[in-house]
Amino acid sequence: MVANSDAREPHRPAFVSLIVTSVARTAASVFVPLIAFAGLWQGFLFLRDTDAPRPIVAGIAIVWGVGGVALLYVVANWVVERFPRQWRDRVLPFVFVGPAVVILFAYLLIPTILTLVLSFQDGASKNFVGAENYIFAVTNPSMIEAIRNNVLWLAVGTGGSVSLGLLMAILADRVPFERLAKVLIFLPMAISFVGAGVIWRFVYAYRPAGEEQIGLINAILGALGIAPQGLLQLQFWNNFLLIAILIWAQTGFAMVILSAALKGVPAELLEAARIDGASEVKVFQKVVIPSIRGSIITVSTTIAILTLKIYDIVTTMTNGNFGTEVIATLQFKQSFTFFDYGKGAALAIILLVAVMPVIWYNLRRFRGQEGFR
Amino acid sequence: MKGSLASRLLIILAVLILVAIWTIPTLGLLITSFRERDVMTTSGWWSVFADPAGAGWTTANYATVLNEQTGIAIAFINSLTVTIPAVVIPILVAAFAAYGFAWMRFSGRKVLFAIIIMLLVVPIQIALIPVLKGYLALDLNGTYLAMWLAHTGFGLALATYLLHNYISELPRDILESAFIDGASHFTTFTRLILPLSVPALASFAIFQFLWVWNDLLVAQTFLGTQKEVAVITSALLNLIGTRAEAWHLLTAGAFVSMVLPLAGRAPGSGEAEGRFIEG
Repeated sequence: MVANSDAREPHRPAFVSLIVTSVARTAASVFVPLIAFAGLWQGFLFLRDTDAPRPIVAGIAIVWGVGGVALLYVVANWVVERFPRQWRDRVLPFVFVGPAVVILFAYLLIPTILTLVLSFQDGASKNFVGAENYIFAVTNPSMIEAIRNNVLWLAVGTGGSVSLGLLMAILADRVPFERLAKVLIFLPMAISFVGAGVIWRFVYAYRPAGEEQIGLINAILGALGIAPQGLLQLQFWNNFLLIAILIWAQTGFAMVILSAALKGVPAELLEAARIDGASEVKVFQKVVIPSIRGSIITVSTTIAILTLKIYDIVTTMTNGNFGTEVIATLQFKQSFTFFDYGKGAALAIILLVAVMPVIWYNLRRFRGQEGFR
Repeated sequence: MKGSLASRLLIILAVLILVAIWTIPTLGLLITSFRERDVMTTSGWWSVFADPAGAGWTTANYATVLNEQTGIAIAFINSLTVTIPAVVIPILVAAFAAYGFAWMRFSGRKVLFAIIIMLLVVPIQIALIPVLKGYLALDLNGTYLAMWLAHTGFGLALATYLLHNYISELPRDILESAFIDGASHFTTFTRLILPLSVPALASFAIFQFLWVWNDLLVAQTFLGTQKEVAVITSALLNLIGTRAEAWHLLTAGAFVSMVLPLAGRAPGSGEAEGRFIEG
């Protein structure tokens, strides 16, 4: 219409060509992404429905997944670069941060809100039941057991890993084979909790009295003249046997970070304290500990969160039987074994509340950081 | 470093004991995995030191566990298929976001970044039910794409935070000279920032690889535990559930599941990772 009314203008060819190019541009900016999406979707359908041999599917899937994401960024940038300048500057930041924000909202922020709603509904998410799920959570015997166990995990697991890590960091500094010792202590951290579970099931293995014990602990007990024990079935004490696995896995992490912090304590500071006549214990208390306080807090909070969420070790070792249930194993059972989404959601919210202090602390520390540009 | 000879020997002894306690459980399992099925259940693994010749050495356990029936071999491939994109995708997405937050100006930047910091420690349990419901509605459950996106979502807050720490510390002059030369943000990012950030990207890659490869909960929830799709941790757990006393399978299976993480853990990389986590 605009082109029609301007039909007699002498600038017509330039004007038309401008419109044609901008239409073509717009069309291209619509079609290129559409083609890219369609291609990726076809790839997805092929991968979902194919019967090709496993390794081939795996290879294609990896290329499709990684390449697809890269392609989406390239296409999005290509489209935005075709925008007029002031629009481009406004939209481009969202090409960069948009995907991350959308994914985080979709996978963490929105689900948190939905879980909160679900926790006030019945198992099938049909009717609101008020605080019923939470009342269940604090009155049900297995839940009370789980909360008690989680407190054990939090106290013994965190305390054990951090203090042993600190001990190793201090001692390893003074031996000639420091590097090797540290690598060996750190190694278990690379092993999955399921794999660690197999390792420690074997350590705790039990055979009836009279048979040859193949588990290390029962063999040692036997050598001391003590009857073999079904260690993982020992109510209450078995919790400590499970927590030992966490300590075994996490001490290396604590050691590495605390060791780096220890090496950062200024030598002059230590020298000065010693010249003032402070004993080694005093120097440690008054100089070393305060200087590495930040690292100790970092390590402790990281491991504390891990103990509150602990799931794999318990599932692998006892599946929550024999009095070893924790909140996360109950949460999984309620959600995906009994499909009671209400109770499962309430337990998840309880886990969130348990780590809340750490979230709060992180935010505060983050605000304190200068240079958030 | 100072101190009497006695106290130094005492420290060495203490370290040796600690290292022994940390090493022996794995060593025992490793030795057992190379012993014949019958001997491993009738004599403790420590007996091989007394009688190395009669220990019944074999590699048959590994051959057995890698055959079709246990599902460990398929699970190994499945784990690779889940893990590689679940490491690369969050790194790519987080690197773009980290650059955007560090070097671009837009409204809502501070609020969005604060939300990401807040999401750093949200337990993934909180997301399982709603995400599963969404996946079921979209018919995505049990697909690799579902796993990649879930691991991306759960690893992204940390990745963005750490990469932002690194990328925002890059010298401003480098970027400014690129812009003066007429480079776009996209070119600057792909040609300049990504190559410069390789150390940070690699550190996070190791971290995310270990987390995804060793994950059980996300895989159990979104991928399922059937043999065709199960990842290596699920397959190992299945083995524990069904063949709890089959130590010839469990020992070898456990080491198959550990071989990549342990190989990737080159000596000293632990310290680099520690510094990286410390920020």
